[in-house]
Amino acid sequence: MRQSNTYILIFAAGLTIIVGGLLSTASVVLKPLQDKQVELDTKKKILSAVMEVSSIKDPDEILRVYSENISSYVVDFQGNVIEKDAKGMDVVAEKINVAKNSKLPKEDRMYPVFQAISGDKAYIFPMYGQGLWDWISGFIALEGDLNTVKGITFDHKTETPGLGARITDVEIQKRYVGKRIYDQSGALKSIDMVKGEKGLPLDDHHVDGMSGATMTGKGVNAMLRKYLESYGNFISKTKQGSKVASL
Amino acid sequence: MSTETLEHKEAVLVKEKPSEGLLSKRRKKFISDPLVDDNPISIQVLGICSALAVTVKMEPTLTMAIAVTAVIVFSNLIISLIRDFIPNRIRIIVQLAIVAALVTLVSEILKAYYYDMFKVLGAYVGLIITNCIVMGRLEAFAMANKPYDSVLDGLGSGFGYAWIILVVAFFRELLGSGSIFDFKIFQAIGWSSFPTNGLMVDSIGAFMILGILIWIQRTKTGHVEAH
Repeated sequence: MRQSNTYILIFAAGLTIIVGGLLSTASVVLKPLQDKQVELDTKKKILSAVMEVSSIKDPDEILRVYSENISSYVVDFQGNVIEKDAKGMDVVAEKINVAKNSKLPKEDRMYPVFQAISGDKAYIFPMYGQGLWDWISGFIALEGDLNTVKGITFDHKTETPGLGARITDVEIQKRYVGKRIYDQSGALKSIDMVKGEKGLPLDDHHVDGMSGATMTGKGVNAMLRKYLESYGNFISKTKQGSKVASL
Repeated sequence: MSTETLEHKEAVLVKEKPSEGLLSKRRKKFISDPLVDDNPISIQVLGICSALAVTVKMEPTLTMAIAVTAVIVFSNLIISLIRDFIPNRIRIIVQLAIVAALVTLVSEILKAYYYDMFKVLGAYVGLIITNCIVMGRLEAFAMANKPYDSVLDGLGSGFGYAWIILVVAFFRELLGSGSIFDFKIFQAIGWSSFPTNGLMVDSIGAFMILGILIWIQRTKTGHVEAH
């Protein structure tokens, strides 16, 4: 009886229904919690590009600090603020899916800008690119001069633990602080991570590499360059605007 | 077909006396055996992949150890409960389905409550499915033994896996990052110039520590691979 084909089919179908039902229930029940974790994680990363938030453990405290310190808006490729998307819906900077946007031609993308409104002025841009195995992403914070790096954070899906995954280490991210993205003449130079980890002093446009993670480093370099180029119009517009204001 | 049934009979049915204690001598062996004498990693050499991958730091290693132990215990329990109903010909698929469902649950729970840890462990939580220890215990034990015994067996194998990867992680984090549970231990005792060893952060470091561990263990127990 236990070996008959009918029994096997019924058993397999029954098992599939029970296991499938259990998993979909778990997924539906846990979804709101997971979404909140993702939102918290995004806001934490935006904040940590400009300030020290690792000591704040309470989730609600993070959300409060965020709403007090960060104002956000969305610009297009030309650097103009947009309030409605193509369908006439309001755009919210935090809700913009940078990953999806990165697949569009750069003229059609929407670019969120997060601005630190308390203390020193800073502009924070999200980034998204490819590492060695899968996506990498990050936020770069520029000082009010829109040239000097105030802070940077990286995230990744599945870079090699201990090698490429080190881009999430504070120690690696600190290497970017104080570097510049434009050279003296105002041309975009971006910041490149060099191959190898020698701990030597480098110029304004290079940071020390990660030993054993050259491919991840290349992905980071490409991502930085791509997004700094894309935000170029916004940056030059904002610079001109602040010049006019100071006159 | 004939090989399948043959394999299945290899599962050891451990004879049980009526009315024995909850932790009788026989049952204690289920837990103590996999710790040293029949350790899943150092003797059976199973689950090496994750032992190399997640042991860079103590904290993710501990999470992984708990996750794997939970999956082994619960899959052992479930399979043991339904062992008399599982059609022999599709038993491997059934085992796999149960293990995969449990692993997906663990992964979803981690994502909802410990998002930071979920990000660190990434794909490795999902890869518990392929950890040979889990399916190995189902095939070798839970298919032929009662639920309570299977739970004990699962705990034993889980702990046997856990202590090995925790020891590996201890040395890797200590020598590779100079910290324990992210606490900078050498800076705390005033030796801030401690040279961290990059090899330990690499998976090669895990191989070396695991090798030394197995060496020490086999010297003590006199275990020799059967040829």
